[in-house]
Amino acid sequence: MNFKDNKAIYLQIADRIGDQILSGALTAEGKVPSVRELAAEIEVNANTVARTYDHLQQNGIIYTKRGLGYFVSPDAKEKIVATRRDQLMQGEMDYFLGQLKAVGITPDELQRLYSDYLAK
Amino acid sequence: MFTINQLSFGYNKRTGNLFQDFSLELNAGNVYGLLGKNGAGKSTLIYLMTGLLTPKSGNVTMDGINVRRRLPQTLNDLFLVPEEFELPNLPLKQYVAINSQFYPRFSMEDMQRYLDIFEMGNDLNVKLNNLSMGQKKKLFMAFAFATNTRALIMDEPTNGLDIPGKSQFRKLIGTGMTDDKMILISTHQVRDINSVLDHVVIIDQNKVLLNTSIADVMSRLAFRSLRQGDKPIFTQQSAMGDVVVVPAQDGEETAIDLEMLFNATIQSPESINQLFTASK
Repeated sequence: MNFKDNKAIYLQIADRIGDQILSGALTAEGKVPSVRELAAEIEVNANTVARTYDHLQQNGIIYTKRGLGYFVSPDAKEKIVATRRDQLMQGEMDYFLGQLKAVGITPDELQRLYSDYLAK
Repeated sequence: MFTINQLSFGYNKRTGNLFQDFSLELNAGNVYGLLGKNGAGKSTLIYLMTGLLTPKSGNVTMDGINVRRRLPQTLNDLFLVPEEFELPNLPLKQYVAINSQFYPRFSMEDMQRYLDIFEMGNDLNVKLNNLSMGQKKKLFMAFAFATNTRALIMDEPTNGLDIPGKSQFRKLIGTGMTDDKMILISTHQVRDINSVLDHVVIIDQNKVLLNTSIADVMSRLAFRSLRQGDKPIFTQQSAMGDVVVVPAQDGEETAIDLEMLFNATIQSPESINQLFTASK
């Protein structure tokens, strides 16, 4: 795993787990690797992974079964989609729309571009 | 686990003391990175911590016992991987059989697992003289982790490792670290160990300039590109524009760049000290 600049590592790991849930590599009610397994696999400190799991647990993406480890929440996928949608709207979308305005792309043009993209 | 009390030490009168009333505490459950410039005294500190050098005054204790007494109960719970070392010309298996006797919690199962991580687990009869320096280092580190001593101290562990070796080393730490252990890594190769540390200790000219957890660094400092209105503590030019170390604002959390943290601390020790002693 390569660490992108800027984003805290524990959040990058959370994103990675989110990606795996969205892609179906991790399924609802499926077991998540233990803290130490994942730490060894992606070569990070176990406390960093523990922090990631705390974060995911607080957001309802995963939950613990006493003595058995961490599992994917039944509604994890919906929660991840909702969170990412919020992040996109608040962050990158704002920048993207600013760029569109700067080069003078009209709403009609944008609509056509997006429709074409979806049709691909 | 380790307490360094008012330690003073120098190699000779002419050059004076390298450490004067130096104090530091290291606790179980942490992977420490010990960073300092050449000649800052990192290796000396390690030798003082492992009872190989005698302080002029002050002492180092492990679980309350002076390490300089070199008692069996200290030495069988402490392992040092120096930057350079010699291994006897024995078959690997025999080397392990002889040396594991000194370590009551040694596990052959762990040894095999760690050798496998380094892709060296196939031939336990190989003669140690037939190994390259890098392979010897891998073997020695696998042994060090397999002794399961609670304290593991490594001086420049990634020096001499090949490219996969550095990643294998990080896996070794991920697998071998437990809450009752303390690992101290002294290094200049901060990129090799960036992701495995819990805690960073920066020393310079007999002073501890920074001694804090990675979580604390993340809550107080941000490492990112320059924005308008920033008052950077440290600025580094790059092809992509200026990257800066600034006080973290509004709960922003960025990945830590240890190299920049080190440079910022050496260049502006007062600003760093002020920021880290302030209550949040």
